[in-house]
Amino acid sequence: MRITQGTFSYLPDFTDEEITAQIQYALDNGWPLAVEFTDDPHPRNTYWEMWGLPMFELKDAAGVLMEVNECRAAKPNMYVRLNAYDASLGRMTVAFSFIVQRPAEEPGFRLDRAEANDRHINYTTFAYVTGQPVGDRYR
Amino acid sequence: MIPYKEMGYWKPDYVPKDSDILCAFRVTPQPGVEPEEAAAAVAGESSTATWTVVWTDRLTAYDHYQAKCYRVDPVPNAEGQFIAWIAYDLDLFEEGSIANLTSSIIGNVFGFKAVTALRLEDMRIPAHYVKTFQGPAHGIVIEREYLDKFGRPLLGATTKPKLGLSARNYGRVVYEALRGGLDFTKDDENINSQPFMRWRDRYLFTMEAVNRAQAATGEIKGHYLNVTAGTMEDMYERAAFAKELGSVIIMIDLTIGYTAIQSMAKWARANGLILHLHRAGHGTYTRQKNHGVNFRVIGKWMRMAGVDHLHAGTVVGKLEGDPNAVAGYYDTLRLGSVKADPRKGLYFDQEWASMPGVMPVASGGIHAGQAHQLLHYLGEDVVLQFGGGTIGHPMGIAAGAEANRVAVETMIKARNEGRDYFKEGPDILKKAASRNRALDVALATWGDITFNYASTDTPDVVATPTRV
Repeated sequence: MRITQGTFSYLPDFTDEEITAQIQYALDNGWPLAVEFTDDPHPRNTYWEMWGLPMFELKDAAGVLMEVNECRAAKPNMYVRLNAYDASLGRMTVAFSFIVQRPAEEPGFRLDRAEANDRHINYTTFAYVTGQPVGDRYR
Repeated sequence: MIPYKEMGYWKPDYVPKDSDILCAFRVTPQPGVEPEEAAAAVAGESSTATWTVVWTDRLTAYDHYQAKCYRVDPVPNAEGQFIAWIAYDLDLFEEGSIANLTSSIIGNVFGFKAVTALRLEDMRIPAHYVKTFQGPAHGIVIEREYLDKFGRPLLGATTKPKLGLSARNYGRVVYEALRGGLDFTKDDENINSQPFMRWRDRYLFTMEAVNRAQAATGEIKGHYLNVTAGTMEDMYERAAFAKELGSVIIMIDLTIGYTAIQSMAKWARANGLILHLHRAGHGTYTRQKNHGVNFRVIGKWMRMAGVDHLHAGTVVGKLEGDPNAVAGYYDTLRLGSVKADPRKGLYFDQEWASMPGVMPVASGGIHAGQAHQLLHYLGEDVVLQFGGGTIGHPMGIAAGAEANRVAVETMIKARNEGRDYFKEGPDILKKAASRNRALDVALATWGDITFNYASTDTPDVVATPTRV
């Protein structure tokens, strides 16, 4: 399967050139960028690991792409995403966020159903890879 | 009879206070009634006056409580119509009550004989009064954080056919649309709890579908479970069950009334569910240009009342909506500070004092082939709902959903890359379709369908409806 989190998951994976164009759009809007990675693709996993701090001072698209590539090289089989952040008053949240690297295999999710009374079912989404300890996933 | 304008309701030298509620009414006086008198009568009848002088007025500081018409302007290109600008002191209204506000402003006066027609065009709600309302249960920012969806319009679809599907069949449509790529599916306004499908059955099958789609995509999904019912007790019961099943969102209809909407907004904030409002019935009083209440006013009231989503027009779809007027509605719902702009039909500056924005919803006759127009007119903070444009796809519902998602992501990408996506839209879509069969088939099916009818409701400064 292919997890569809992020702004552009229904498009083919972006080339470095395409990623750079999105970085430039963020910088033109005054939105700093941040790189994050994870080995837990659960849709409620909000806090991916930070690849350093958000790059508040970095205004150069090539420099941001370099950070993306360093993260990808260091975590070659994890999810990596690039976030643009809008700190303006009334917004103060992520402006856009898209996946720039995926593991070679995405095993997906199991849906667990706990049957309760009156046809009521409690659902839990379980990412198969998280059955393995951190560090042993996406080998 | 003493004319209203001599009783203190016409005060051309009055300077509105920052804390006054201001209204712009479109007044069509009866033949023989001068505009200032008709306007003063509107001010009088929507505040303290009755048809004759009463001595008990003199027991009060009545000039404080009188609404004051401070300006009357003829409407350009509309003989016999005038805009009356009226100021109301804050003391006239109960804090935090849309019912009380509207009982004053639109309570009696619309049936008043001295005018042949009357329309409330806009209101300036002072921050002093805004702050007495809860406002959106969550608002645009929290909704996006809750759903983990940023940087693009959200996508939805209303389950069709709107009436007659059994709960099991209904859930099938939900599952296919969500796994195909939509963020939301939706009950229609008249899906409540009918003999062919009772609410509890619908909720159970729908949540099975939502959870299956979530596991199939790794993405948060939702279905607007309509909790509209005959009594508050029934609505609370349905909302509580939606919460118990883990739904991220519930829905209500405008027909339940302002107080019920405020109650559900309070419930939605307390229980962490997004609140979608379907504007069922609004066309009966918003559409005609000379009588009723402009939708931008309803939008303001609903933001104060506390909904998270509100249908606000598509520009290019099958339902009424001049592009400039719709832009005015969207600004009213989304921005923190809105400037008066006659081009958009906005009569007043409006400060929202950090009240969160409402996510506008565009629904009715829109399809993937319009992605560039939708982004241009409606922007990014919007739910685009493709009902027929998802479920009617020849390859199936999931393919229809995929086509819509690919079209929207493609257009966001092009915009961010600095392309003139509005002009190049059709080419951009065509290129994306060459790599995506679902979009290719969608464009072949609906690519050239448009709804080009003139709008009945346009801002006055624009002499003719704007071509889309």
